[in-house]
Amino acid sequence: MAKIIVVTSGKGGVGKTTTSAAIGTGLALKGKKTAIIDFDVGLRNLDLVMNCERRVVYDFVNVINEEATLNQALIKDKRTEGLFILPASQTRDKDALTQEGVQRVLNELAETFDYIVCDSPAGIEKGAHMAMYFADVAIIVTNPEVSSVRDSDRILGILQSKTMRAETGGEPIEEYLLLTRYSPERVEKGEMLSVEDVEDILAIQLLGIIPESKTVLKASNQGVPVILDDESIAGQAYEDAVNRLLGEEVEHRFLTVAKKGFLKRMFGGNQ
Amino acid sequence: MKFLDYFKSKKVDTASIAKDRLQIIVAHERHNRDQPDYLPALQKEILEVIRKYIPIAEEQISVNLDKNQDLSVLELNITLPDEEVA
Repeated sequence: MAKIIVVTSGKGGVGKTTTSAAIGTGLALKGKKTAIIDFDVGLRNLDLVMNCERRVVYDFVNVINEEATLNQALIKDKRTEGLFILPASQTRDKDALTQEGVQRVLNELAETFDYIVCDSPAGIEKGAHMAMYFADVAIIVTNPEVSSVRDSDRILGILQSKTMRAETGGEPIEEYLLLTRYSPERVEKGEMLSVEDVEDILAIQLLGIIPESKTVLKASNQGVPVILDDESIAGQAYEDAVNRLLGEEVEHRFLTVAKKGFLKRMFGGNQ
Repeated sequence: MKFLDYFKSKKVDTASIAKDRLQIIVAHERHNRDQPDYLPALQKEILEVIRKYIPIAEEQISVNLDKNQDLSVLELNITLPDEEVA
């Protein structure tokens, strides 16, 4: 039985798609057959981040409307074995995603996949609801910043009341916090909420801390999931998060200010 | 660096301000969230029924639902006006 993971946040621009791409790729690298579904109908972007934007023929809504089969719409990733992308539709029809349709697609995927990663749109509208409704696991992507933390708490409330598991009284969804764009330097100066602060407020298990890093933008510029960049500390932090997701105990890294050598201080250096 | 910091004016720890503000707003919103969606409508209807008999203002009625493991208590609090209606 496949595990359905929703990557959600409430607030936009915190790194949901970056995270979906990284976690999905990471799971596939671990030998788990994984599909990443873009639920952001009308504002498709996972295809760009995964560098398959020119290979989109059919999309999620086509499959729901039975205009295409799942196999026709799934895009096989060219870099990572066992990884598939189901792109969102660019339609402006807000009601394109129906609960029955989403369930049918997820059930069909569950027959052959180990993991299904649902990349949620921002907000709390239909797309976000559909992305989380059937989830077994939720990754709440949060920036150490007031509006993001507040929206994450709001999303947690919705996960606990408006999902299939909540409505049918099943086991609660496993909720994990993924803190992104974290800057230990700024935390040390008292300019940014610390991991502990955010954990105190949201009170959910910490899956990982992704440090602010220039490599994230560089990766999306090229359409390469940042987890594939071995040099990147953000990529390594995502790799740790994937291992934790698979049940391994991995110590959190990149939480302290990296001591820079004299040359690095003078000339800077890429993180 | 630490030596130079000593001479700089003392900076405000804005992160702790953020945390305090978040803790208050999140606690407030969690309380409201735990209430069922029908509660505001229920409160309005009860208010209208009571108003048929006693003139009371909107803020004189409060409806609260407390949920425990196996017991839910619907608490209705009405402040009656001082003057008894004959």
